[in-house]
Amino acid sequence: MSKKSYILALFNDFEAAARAIAALRESSLKGFKMRDVTLKSPIDHPECAAELGPRPVYIQIFSLIGALLGSSLGFLAISSAQANFLRQPRGGFPIVPVPPNMVITYELFILTAVFFTIISCYVVFTLHHQKNVLYNAAISVDKIGILVKAEPEAIAGLKDIFNRHHALEISEC
Amino acid sequence: MNIHNEEQEVATEPRFVIKPKDINDEISWAQINEDVLRSLERPRALYWVIFFASLGLFCWGVYCEIYQYNTGLGVAALNNPQVWGLYIATFIFWIGMSHSGTLLSAILLIMHADWRKPIYRFAEAMTTFSLMTAGLFVLVHLGRVWQFYYVVAYPSERWTWPNFSSPLVWDATAIGSYLTTSVIFLYFGMIPDLAICRDKATGVRRLFYRVLSVGWKGTDWQWANFRVTYLTLACLLIPLAVSVHSIVATDFAVSQQPGWHTTSFPPYFVAGALYSGCAAIITLFIILRYTFRFEQYMTIPILEKLCKLTFAISMVWTYLNMIEYAAVWYGTDPVAKQTLIFRATGTYAGWWWAMNILGSVVPFTLTFKALRTHIPTMMVVSLLLNLGMWIERFMIVTPTFAHGYYPWTWNDHWWPNWVQIGIIAGSFGWFTMLFMLFCKIFPSVSMYEVKEMVYHRSQARKGAALLAASAPQPAKS
Repeated sequence: MSKKSYILALFNDFEAAARAIAALRESSLKGFKMRDVTLKSPIDHPECAAELGPRPVYIQIFSLIGALLGSSLGFLAISSAQANFLRQPRGGFPIVPVPPNMVITYELFILTAVFFTIISCYVVFTLHHQKNVLYNAAISVDKIGILVKAEPEAIAGLKDIFNRHHALEISEC
Repeated sequence: MNIHNEEQEVATEPRFVIKPKDINDEISWAQINEDVLRSLERPRALYWVIFFASLGLFCWGVYCEIYQYNTGLGVAALNNPQVWGLYIATFIFWIGMSHSGTLLSAILLIMHADWRKPIYRFAEAMTTFSLMTAGLFVLVHLGRVWQFYYVVAYPSERWTWPNFSSPLVWDATAIGSYLTTSVIFLYFGMIPDLAICRDKATGVRRLFYRVLSVGWKGTDWQWANFRVTYLTLACLLIPLAVSVHSIVATDFAVSQQPGWHTTSFPPYFVAGALYSGCAAIITLFIILRYTFRFEQYMTIPILEKLCKLTFAISMVWTYLNMIEYAAVWYGTDPVAKQTLIFRATGTYAGWWWAMNILGSVVPFTLTFKALRTHIPTMMVVSLLLNLGMWIERFMIVTPTFAHGYYPWTWNDHWWPNWVQIGIIAGSFGWFTMLFMLFCKIFPSVSMYEVKEMVYHRSQARKGAALLAASAPQPAKS
């Protein structure tokens, strides 16, 4: 199996990029898969990205796990710490006072959810990080890029499709 | 109504109402990058004036704190019954300031109010730095700074476990959580902009931005996860912000001191927090607009919206303030009622009336379009509103201590001395210095969100123009 190549095409606007993605999808070109096509843009454009197919996001599940873990472990940790002080005179007050513990539990519920959210997002960023892959600084200004990972024999066909859709610049590696 | 009349009405109805633009939607994306990145390079001279003035204030504050630390709290005129002085009042003030960042960035994000986009970044930074400033007062008011760990929930082998039933422990947890979340929220929202800085910067700055931008390339995967994460963080931040100031209010409300033992304190504190924060945003809006030449982004229509929001919140605060008075007036605690009368007629009456006038009457200037679109007037009004909200915190803390349950503790003529005033001034210097440094290192206007705003508005304009062209022309009479 030959080593895959990358090709990056820059477009002036989202409409042109969306048309190019639609053309890639409809083409009978062999040597690349739609899941290997990446849209790079200076702003979030879910409508254009939807042309690429489903991109599931699981961050909220991690937030929920973090919230549940934080609240349950937080409550348990505080309560068990208080229960350790059985020998301390409490003057008739409960050893584990539930209402005040709930306040701290509430804070930990949110804090742990935040940590899990940010860590899971960082993990996703790392998993999808394409190291030493084509990038153009114009994407962070005002251009829309389409990056395709493909077999070397598909590159010419991809270039043709991009040129037909008025790509401003095409680079490959 | 017959069909003929109905048709006529439809035909004469204006189809497309031209609203004033929040921002010029014809501005190019490259121009947005250029304008915002310029703020990291060449601010106006006023920037340096503010920066060095705040540095000077900060140094004065540090000197006063060192003096107080070495000599004891007595040099700050703190003694029974005035054990907190201005420190806790100013602590509440800074905690309050932090709320509007959350309001602008999280609440308005969820509500899809896109006018927040050019201004929410600095509001978030304000949140973070005001929380950091508030945290300092927890240390400062202790006097014995080294005993700070008593309020932190940690296991102690000396069996002096913190009292989990004390709101002070809740406070430490809540403020710690809020500060952590605010920093994460501020940083996370900046990642796409940090990538822009990375692409433009050179040398050490490039390395700095490259590390912070965590490999951001603007891919569809990154945007999809970014969108969801940012929204999730916003949803988590809102209840946290409300809980923080409610808990600060609970510090007072669960005590038996006259004037504090009121159930309306938590919402009253939250409303006051949002109010003072919004006023501070107007002040910083005007300063940044001039200092960094952000006239194209921090526009008059956005200032108007901010003013309207501030007015609405000021009325909520006014209502809750009156409710608090009513609860005390019609309550069964005669000492609390006496304390209220003392506030209005005693030694601090001038301050009490100033608070009510600045907090409830001055905001009516925001209802006049001519005034709220006049920048120098709004600068003065926003400063007055914040002064009013600072006095409000002073009026919560000081008269209660000066006129409590025991007449032998009364100290009607207490006034802070130069050490306290120096530390308070130092806190303002510390906040301003951090804020100005932030604006010089990080983009204080969100470039990618302004681009989104411009893009969506220009698309809407194009769509409206197409619709207008295809709509049947009204019949000429």
